Amino acid sequence: MNKPVSPDELITDEDGPLYAPRKKVYPQSVSGRFRSIKWRLMAVCLGIYYLLPFVRWNRGLGAPDQAVLIDFPDRRFYFFFIELWPQEVYYFTGLLVLAALTLFLMNALGGRIWCGYLCPQTVWTDLFYAVERLVEGDRRAQMKADSGPMTARRAGRRVLKHAIWLMIAWWTGGAWVLYFDDAPTLVRDLATFQAPAVAYAWIAILTASTYLLAGYMREQVCVYMCPWPRIQAALTDEWALNVTYKYDRGEPRCSVKKAFDIRSLGEKAGDCIDCNQCVAVCPTGIDIRDGAQLGCIQCGLCIDACDAVMTKVSRKTGLIGYDNDINVQRRITGKEEIFKPVRARTVVYAGLITLVCALMLYALMSRTLLDVNVLHDRNPIAVRLSDGAIRNGYTLRFLNKRGFDRVIAIDVDGPADAKLHVVGADSVTPDRPMIVLARDTTTEMRVLVTAPFDEKAEKSVPVTFRVTDIGLGEVASATDHFVLP
Amino acid sequence: MSEHNEIDRVSGRSTTGHEWDGIKELNTPLPRWWVLTFYATIIWAIGYWVVYPAWPLVSGYTTGLFQYSTRASVVTDLADLEKLRGEKMAVLGSASLADIEKDPALLALARARGKTVFADNCAPCHGSGGAGAKGFPNLNDDDWLWGGSLDQIMQTIQFGARSGHAKTHEGQMLAFGRDGVLKKDEIVTVANYVRSLSGLPTAPKFDASAGKKIFTENCTSCHGDNGKGNQELGAPNLTDKIWLYGSDEETLVETITNGRAGVMPAWVGRLDPVTVKALAVYVHSLGGGK
Repeated sequence: MNKPVSPDELITDEDGPLYAPRKKVYPQSVSGRFRSIKWRLMAVCLGIYYLLPFVRWNRGLGAPDQAVLIDFPDRRFYFFFIELWPQEVYYFTGLLVLAALTLFLMNALGGRIWCGYLCPQTVWTDLFYAVERLVEGDRRAQMKADSGPMTARRAGRRVLKHAIWLMIAWWTGGAWVLYFDDAPTLVRDLATFQAPAVAYAWIAILTASTYLLAGYMREQVCVYMCPWPRIQAALTDEWALNVTYKYDRGEPRCSVKKAFDIRSLGEKAGDCIDCNQCVAVCPTGIDIRDGAQLGCIQCGLCIDACDAVMTKVSRKTGLIGYDNDINVQRRITGKEEIFKPVRARTVVYAGLITLVCALMLYALMSRTLLDVNVLHDRNPIAVRLSDGAIRNGYTLRFLNKRGFDRVIAIDVDGPADAKLHVVGADSVTPDRPMIVLARDTTTEMRVLVTAPFDEKAEKSVPVTFRVTDIGLGEVASATDHFVLP
Repeated sequence: MSEHNEIDRVSGRSTTGHEWDGIKELNTPLPRWWVLTFYATIIWAIGYWVVYPAWPLVSGYTTGLFQYSTRASVVTDLADLEKLRGEKMAVLGSASLADIEKDPALLALARARGKTVFADNCAPCHGSGGAGAKGFPNLNDDDWLWGGSLDQIMQTIQFGARSGHAKTHEGQMLAFGRDGVLKKDEIVTVANYVRSLSGLPTAPKFDASAGKKIFTENCTSCHGDNGKGNQELGAPNLTDKIWLYGSDEETLVETITNGRAGVMPAWVGRLDPVTVKALAVYVHSLGGGK
């Protein structure tokens, strides 16, 4: 905890350093409840990321059969049964709103769950640390090697480590590009050097960023680059559970033997034996006993480390655990612990999540796969024909979001005895023009509406174009105005 | 900045000496990699001076290693576009006018090309949407002085009307008053007769039989026995609701007195044949095409 420094402890520091040298972190391997949760989540996250592009989804002939595909050239996004067009980008906005609210809710319930378990930076860094320990040995071995001279054996291990890192990074970049093209085809093209240059470029970029961020930048990303710790600090409240060192139980720190002596005198000795295991396992190199801090990603590994030590010295586990300062203070004053997962903040977040989910679901269910837009001619706004009749011109744009061609009929409701003509489409049914809409595309057509001149008619009457899919019966309509000159 | 090396009592760290309303700023040094990245961006910027055009000189500027120029890249892009356009336009050139209208893709292409060319060349007289103006025909309606079929429209675009081109449409409205063929009162009478042809109200003391007599003797040779016009001569149909100059008595009297001879320029030679073709399809598709 930050305590005031006594005057004689003040260091006078001439100008202060211009930059802070980096202290390398050597997290020690640990096992326990949170470590196994992290291993499982890592397997799930990486499994989804690497394998999802290969999942197939049948959309019919001519349409891509990749379950998740971002098709930039054709401007389509495919996600299992959903196919989105660029004008439906608001679904992504909704998704982002949902993601933000979920992050807030997680934060209100259990602190930086995202940072500690799910963030790609954490997942890949964790994997890279694991590789490092596997090849170069655990914390002590690495520290010893780093302070000693470079030997051939050590150099060899280092080369092996970087090779594995680069392999993982390359695999990561490779999986990334598979989301943008048919994965099996692209894998074959990549292997035979037939793939487009842009694919290789992106693989190179993502290989480099993965290697740099997970191999070198590591905790620096969380401490200096990422905005979320700052936002999180502003969003949190006193009830949120965070990975907490229960200093009410831990202080004053003393060895097992000393604690025994003090306690036999009837005085208070803390449970913390100051073994520094919580610091040794920390992937960001902090001391959790200093309290909640920016550098703590709350991965729970210090809980595992502490629990193991507490078990060894036959003390109750949970000296470090998900807790908050309110309960620390309550225990000091001898009160019952209270947990409030249900409170205004969490209820509001949960409510908002439900609301946004419902809105998105509604929008998705009521999404039309046939649509028509209308644009009235600007110049001339109306045309008088030789027999006195009035004609208005419109541009109709049809959207066929289905994966097959279909025939539609166009009807017009508007001025009395209105006649409809589609320019360039010789329909077999002139009174009710029918046209073919190609699959998964938009079609633009110029249509003319002619009505006999009626002196008593309004200067402007609404006109509605109704489009009916002859086969499926799907209907769409668009309304504009029919005006007199 | 007097107490630059003051130490903050709570954190034990030095301050920068900056103070706002009693709040002091801690000296929190950046990590080394961050500082180095900052220097790297500066060096990167210097690289730009060398690689790209950067510094103005007395006459000209430093051109950079690769002589890069946005203007040159625009020129290349435009050349590529012309090439692409040329390929597409070639298809338009080999198809017949009727075939273009039947093929939705070709129609769309011709309409797109025609619309641009129309805006550049035709809109000054006919309006941006072909709505026309007094003396300049509306191209959206179904009334055509020289015919509204695809071939006739193309013919008119190519050679114009009274344009001076050898193949141009000839024929004009004579100046019956100015040339002394008809007297003032005869002109008023025949003007009222012409109004009656399309059911417009006439002056109270109008003598229909006198009007018909004058019309038969002077006008039918071009406008036809019943005033339905003649597209060979560009003589408008006088029985419909469309009037190029206006249908009121005063305008008609003016037309008959001084004649009319609006000019449409010939575009052959000024626009290439494929463009004229696209233009004809575009005008035809405006809605009035026959």
